[in-house]
Amino acid sequence: MLRRHIGQWGMALAGAALAAGPALAGGLGQPATGAPEGFEPVTAVPAQEQLPAAPMLIAAYAFVWVMLLVYLWSIWRRLSAVERELADVARRVEQARRD
Amino acid sequence: MMRRSFVPVLALAAVMFAAAPVLIARAPYETTMGLVQKIFYFHVPSAMMMFVSAFVCGIASAVFLFGRAPRADRVALAGAELVAVFGLVVLVTGPIWARKAWGVWWQWDARLTSSLLLWMIFLAYLLLRRYGGPGADRLSAGLALFGMANVPFVYWSVNVWRTLHPKTTVVPSLDPAMRPAFWWSVLAFALLYLAVFAARLRLEDQRARLEALFLELDE
Repeated sequence: MLRRHIGQWGMALAGAALAAGPALAGGLGQPATGAPEGFEPVTAVPAQEQLPAAPMLIAAYAFVWVMLLVYLWSIWRRLSAVERELADVARRVEQARRD
Repeated sequence: MMRRSFVPVLALAAVMFAAAPVLIARAPYETTMGLVQKIFYFHVPSAMMMFVSAFVCGIASAVFLFGRAPRADRVALAGAELVAVFGLVVLVTGPIWARKAWGVWWQWDARLTSSLLLWMIFLAYLLLRRYGGPGADRLSAGLALFGMANVPFVYWSVNVWRTLHPKTTVVPSLDPAMRPAFWWSVLAFALLYLAVFAARLRLEDQRARLEALFLELDE
């Protein structure tokens, strides 16, 4: 019985919506101004839509510089560590030879 | 000899890099791409160095595998690391250029995909050397041979398959007004490559000496 009531109310609401829809649309009046009715082609992308080239060029060059400098620094750091250890071990080997 | 020439070569490379933007700014704009095309003057030389380094690594690996020369293995390792470095430069500057020129950061076309794969092969080489344990040097040498064999495919991919990427004819047919800036950049990158390679190789040579000393100490 509950399901029958829900079904009846649902159908009543649907009927009301179908009847009210056109009335509401009519009541809203004219559509918003500037709503496009179709797509209009252009030959060139408008200036405000274009990506700026200069920041990208600068970013690319900056990345190259930073990458190469970081890599050089990395080699220098690793080489310094190895040469320090080399000096230490060479000293110990020399010590061992004397002993 | 390498140590004595390292500083002058690096200094010369630095001067050339500092002067490169002047030449690049003077080079004319490209008709369709405009200002962003000037990424070309760093992007292409980086790619050249990536290919050169792949060959260095591959040839040295062959010498190591078949000639059993330990120093060749160190040369190969230095070369592989430089493939990773210059490859990263190519794979970052390329998409920055592409975003403006093509409207997308990336396309899974033949040139871009094969370049990425080449870079990943040499990354795999480095990971293998770092974590592979005993025998990794020989395994990675084999991988380097495979990587080197890929370079012609990467280079010719733009001519064989339909891609967005410019073809190989761009450099030979370069406008005369663009050539000074381009070849200056190539030379700067080549000198930088030599200096950085020498430094990287020295690191491996010193590590080998350290290892030999540790063995002597143990005895």
